[in-house]
Amino acid sequence: MKLEVVVMPKRNVLDPQGVAVRNAVRELGLSNVGTVRVGKIIEIEFTGEPDEAKLDEICRDLLCNEVIEDYRILGAVLK
Amino acid sequence: MKIAVVRFPGSNCDQDCLRALTDGLGVKAEYVWHKETSIAGFDAVILPGGFSYGDYLRCGAIAGFSPVMQSVIGAAHAGMPVFGICNGFQILCETGLLRGALIRNRSLLFLCQPVYLKLENNHTAFTRLSEQGAILRMPIAHGEGAYYADDQTLKELEEGGQVVFRYVNETGQPTPEANPNGSRNNIAGICNPAGNVLGLMPHPDRSWEGRLGSEDGLQLFKSLVDTLLSVAA
Repeated sequence: MKLEVVVMPKRNVLDPQGVAVRNAVRELGLSNVGTVRVGKIIEIEFTGEPDEAKLDEICRDLLCNEVIEDYRILGAVLK
Repeated sequence: MKIAVVRFPGSNCDQDCLRALTDGLGVKAEYVWHKETSIAGFDAVILPGGFSYGDYLRCGAIAGFSPVMQSVIGAAHAGMPVFGICNGFQILCETGLLRGALIRNRSLLFLCQPVYLKLENNHTAFTRLSEQGAILRMPIAHGEGAYYADDQTLKELEEGGQVVFRYVNETGQPTPEANPNGSRNNIAGICNPAGNVLGLMPHPDRSWEGRLGSEDGLQLFKSLVDTLLSVAA
């Protein structure tokens, strides 16, 4: 199966990339643009299904730094 | 006395660190490859600057899980001096040896420039020979150097004296203009509660002799050597 881990900067952490993108979107003509935040999607393929608890642990320890980021797992089976 | 300079794929200040120790102070220092599983025989560890593992995922994230770091983490908990410079600081935060994280510079620019730092704690293994309040000049060279920690963590770091270096102007004031990257509370370097683990974004390894533009960085390495000598005595 394939699933995606979405990692986003926490709401209260300054995201200068998001600010830069917001400014560009405004320049390009969408004057009503609000907050923009830039995160990342990590696509992972598995043979069969992954151990859900182990995957969650790896998200917390490696894929996401919970000091500055939040994550969620998107997939057919998990959550 | 022997000091380890850890080399990750992508480290690029390893030679600077080694030479500051060997040529600057005449102490024995050796490279340790990231795949080593032990740092037995070493008395202190330097994690140099660079772009370990290409900065993939997050700066320092993958290095934190390298074989050698498992040994470094254990040694740090046992009291061994561990000094992370630039990428080394990012690695220390990723491993949890130091609190907080380093995020993208506020300006989004990679910054390569001299800065002034104020020493706020001269009771660490790396600052004991320096005067409290000393103003040091060193270069920074980073894209992700903005120190971030939540309010509660910041409060605990400040109250615990764990903020070791702050970005200041020439007269020692921590003004917003003197803050190059958007670090909270102008923080440039922090230590763990015991003071044996220090992380610093600016480069003492690029400021240890006059021809580099400043020799202020040398006193950090001198303090480290002094710490090791006092332990051995």
